[in-house]
Amino acid sequence: MATGVKPRVKVPKTASAGEAVTIKTLISHKMESGQRKDDDGNIIPRSIINRFTADFNGQNVIDVTLEPAISTNPFFEFEAIVAETGTFTFTWYDDDGSVYEETKEIEVS
Amino acid sequence: MRTKTSMRLGVGLAAASVFAMAACADPDDDQLVVNEEIEMITEAAAPDHMERVRTIYSGWRFRSDETQAVQMDDFDNPAMIWVDAAAEVWETADGTEGNSCASCHESVDSMEGVRAVYPKWNEAAGEVRTLEMQVNDCRENQMGAEPWKYDGGDMTNMVALISSVSRGLPVNVAIDGPAQSTWEQGKDLYYTRFGQLELSCANCHEDSYGLHIRSDHLSQGQINGFPTYRLKNTKLNSVHSRFKGCIRDTRAHTFAPGSPEFVALELYVASRGNGLSVEGPSVRN
Repeated sequence: MATGVKPRVKVPKTASAGEAVTIKTLISHKMESGQRKDDDGNIIPRSIINRFTADFNGQNVIDVTLEPAISTNPFFEFEAIVAETGTFTFTWYDDDGSVYEETKEIEVS
Repeated sequence: MRTKTSMRLGVGLAAASVFAMAACADPDDDQLVVNEEIEMITEAAAPDHMERVRTIYSGWRFRSDETQAVQMDDFDNPAMIWVDAAAEVWETADGTEGNSCASCHESVDSMEGVRAVYPKWNEAAGEVRTLEMQVNDCRENQMGAEPWKYDGGDMTNMVALISSVSRGLPVNVAIDGPAQSTWEQGKDLYYTRFGQLELSCANCHEDSYGLHIRSDHLSQGQINGFPTYRLKNTKLNSVHSRFKGCIRDTRAHTFAPGSPEFVALELYVASRGNGLSVEGPSVRN
């Protein structure tokens, strides 16, 4: 079970229709690769975020598969074109079955 | 044949001038505004006690544009992960008294301005205290909790949180009155050559700032940006850890973090930055 997991996202509050907005996301997570050993030589079990998705008004914007080589606290920055006012939903899937979700509203004028 | 020689000479000269430019890379002219909101003073007239420096610059001004940009937005600044972690600790009770930081101090916003005046003389204790010493005093005497390791993660995170609410305010440590003897001790240390390389703080950070030490661009060694997230070790670094690293690099035995020598040095070095904005937690390479 991963501890200290906290998702963060940054989405502009307003945009004009059709504008490509920059979205930044970060989730604090150990991203234990499963390749390391502890002091006694036992393998530390893998515990990573394995999938990240962003949806806008129910439509998928980005869907990422994460692999063990990705570093601690994975950060994603991407652009999305927004046509109307709506809600971004960000979802992170943990190896341990946890799902972390965060939503942000954006107003389009 | 002759043409070829002169061409080679030309290339040689061009290379030499590029090197000369790189070797005297003074601080740049960029403006530091964090979150498009907090305007930082990164350049100021040197405090009166500094005899050999006219203008003081934040270390931010010596960094590349890419590194500078990371500090300009809290979302991009990786140090904020630990600041968030410390904000949770701030609210969490610890020790026998059942107190958290918030029990006495309420919101961390009440700490605004604190970072700017530390290290500071503590009348009751009869000593100059750093922020770390004050945090541990609270933990031991108000909370009945175990003191944190002076330069450990918990401590550095908490100092970063406390610093973050003072960002933009000018550093203003007092060096007169009862703090003066500690300040003098710190000044002596600053100008003392240590180690097999026989280097004092001043050799690099006063005589040679703007020059390159191998691949690194020497700053004035200001500590207004501490705790600092360093790209090289991807974590927050405390002032005393940095002092330790510098003295180690002179190939000397260093003082311990939290030692009276480093407390004195911190007061002196902080006073060299009086007038610059508190930037902690900053981003450096």
